[in-house]
Amino acid sequence: MSKKLIDLVHISKSFDGAAVLDDLNLYIRENEFLTLLGPSGCGKTTTLRLIGGFDTPDQGQVIFDGKDITSLSPNQRQVNTVFQKYALFPHMTIAENIAFGLKIRKKSKQYIQDKIKYALKLVNLDGFEGRSVDSLSGGQQQRIAIARAIVNEPKVLLLDEPLGALDLKLRQDMQYELIRLKNELGITFIYVTHDQEEALTMSDTIVVMNQGYIQQIGTPEDIYNEPSNAFVADFIGESNIIDGIMVKDRLVELLGVTLPCVDEGFGQQKPVDVVIRPEDVELVDPSNGQLAGEVTSLIFKGVHWEIDVMANGFEWLVHTTQMHPVGSHVGIHIDPFNIQIMHKPESSDERAVETDE
Amino acid sequence: MNKLKRQFLAGPYLVWIIGFILLPIIMILYYALTNQTGEATLSNILAIGTPIHSKALFLSLKLAFLCTAICLVLSYPLAMILSNIRKKHQNLIVFIFILPMWMNFMLRILAWKMLLSNNGVINSVLETLGIPPLDILNTPTAVVFCMVYDFLPFMILPIYNSMARIGKDIIEAAKDLGAGSVTIFFKIILPLTISGVVSGIIMVFVPALTSFAISDLLGGGKVLLIGNVIEQAFMQEYNWNLGSGLSIVLMVFVIASMALMSAHDKEGGGAGVW
Ligand SMILES: Nc1ncnc2c1ncn2[C@@H]1O[C@H](COP(=O)(O)OP(=O)(O)OP(=O)(O)O)[C@@H](O)[C@H]1O
Ligand SMILES: [Mg+2]
Repeated sequence: MSKKLIDLVHISKSFDGAAVLDDLNLYIRENEFLTLLGPSGCGKTTTLRLIGGFDTPDQGQVIFDGKDITSLSPNQRQVNTVFQKYALFPHMTIAENIAFGLKIRKKSKQYIQDKIKYALKLVNLDGFEGRSVDSLSGGQQQRIAIARAIVNEPKVLLLDEPLGALDLKLRQDMQYELIRLKNELGITFIYVTHDQEEALTMSDTIVVMNQGYIQQIGTPEDIYNEPSNAFVADFIGESNIIDGIMVKDRLVELLGVTLPCVDEGFGQQKPVDVVIRPEDVELVDPSNGQLAGEVTSLIFKGVHWEIDVMANGFEWLVHTTQMHPVGSHVGIHIDPFNIQIMHKPESSDERAVETDE
Repeated sequence: MNKLKRQFLAGPYLVWIIGFILLPIIMILYYALTNQTGEATLSNILAIGTPIHSKALFLSLKLAFLCTAICLVLSYPLAMILSNIRKKHQNLIVFIFILPMWMNFMLRILAWKMLLSNNGVINSVLETLGIPPLDILNTPTAVVFCMVYDFLPFMILPIYNSMARIGKDIIEAAKDLGAGSVTIFFKIILPLTISGVVSGIIMVFVPALTSFAISDLLGGGKVLLIGNVIEQAFMQEYNWNLGSGLSIVLMVFVIASMALMSAHDKEGGGAGVW
């Protein structure tokens, strides 16, 4: 296990009296690909800006490699940023943009030339050296922003939704390139996205945030398979989230039926959130199901069908490879280990309260 | 039909251009190139060579340079400070700087004449404080002072505008890539505001070079600028030919200075204000 490179300790930050981050604790290991994932406005960019040095926390410390860098300015940090809004220099050519950091570091002309070529090749824009910034499309500008940051070979690269403006194909290519780059250069990546699929494919560690609080930290598998609360379950992939009552250990009641599950320790007759992934809902013969219902909508999604089933007053979202026409009667069966039980948030803002991971 | 309509809409502007721009220029050219009996001559233009005229032109250039330089030195730091404070306050301060422009140009000059006069407000205040009186009325100093006062907003606004257009994220990106404040100034801020500086210089230098009202009122007849010479030729000597000839010379200087500045403005955005 590699050592902690960046440590955010008890960070709080508010803008105009509105708390954006509240007592945030997070560490990033050397060479880790860590992704901050969360809905718009949850504080992802703010967290990055604190690491990059563009904002200072109201409270708490930013530790880099064992040293407190909380009050260091951005140009004194061994960190480079790919900005959400690209922020290319409009009065410079593409080559001058990429060379900016290298010139400040007084690298040789030849070195800079080589680096520019290498970086442009990497982001698939060979031959763009002499182009002006405003002659580039949004996606191309975004890739130049990546090139401009990586040529400096920083210890840590902060990327704020760096692939947001790219089409699906290019995005997948760039995802692959970024991972390759990370392994090649041994850079630590802190990556911001609100695309959960991107987070799941690229990251070593995912940090799910909401309203300035960390909801869960874990590997992509952990986060997907064992979301620690209804918010995470809902945000990572689609889910059926149903109000339920934990009758006793390993038995939960929902929508008027009692189902066996594998969770324990919630107490007796406790209200809980029950989370069931759409691909875990089995459609069976009406007589064999734990619940019975009727298909209300059917959409072909390529690999699977997305089916809505109305059963016991709840619209179930189901992913299945078998077609069931609208109006047909089906039974629903759920295996006990596919039922996930979660504590209900006790107060309104506890939905965002940090979980101990 | 559509094309016809568009041409019709352009009509009033065409009349304007012909009647108020083209025609006067042609008339000035005609007067400049003829003598009072209507014969063709270059003497009106060559008259700039006489000592009194060339001295006036030289003084005009000198004072205009001085005024432009002072405006630039005052405006650039101010625009920089302005663009760094809160947006709300920015608008208020810009408004305060523009406020004097709402007052009549002549009134402003007359006000300064009163303020600066030997027993004016400024000198009475100085006197009560025991400081020797300021005796700058009727000197080039007073003329430059009033020019700076009058034309300063024309320097501040374009520079401030170009400065305000620089995104905060661009400065942050430069910092992120390791630039200190000196590098940021010379590599980012200065190149991105140069177009504002250029249009500011043009907007101050040209009116300063051609002004005559300020030197008339604050120079007390002792500060003779080329504008005053031309005014006298038209209004006192009724020598329209000489006035037109000298005007052409002045126009050449104005156009040359604008061309010179525009050539330095690669982006071409700033001088477009003109
Ligand atoms: N400079 C600022 N002044 C005032 N409020 C701010 C400022 N920066 C961020 N905020 C507020 O802080 C909150 C978090 O913003 P942040 O930019 O970190 O969100 P985000 O998670 O990056 O969202 P997105 O996915 O939309 O980029 C938002 O409510 C935003 O309005
Ligand atoms: Mg953001």
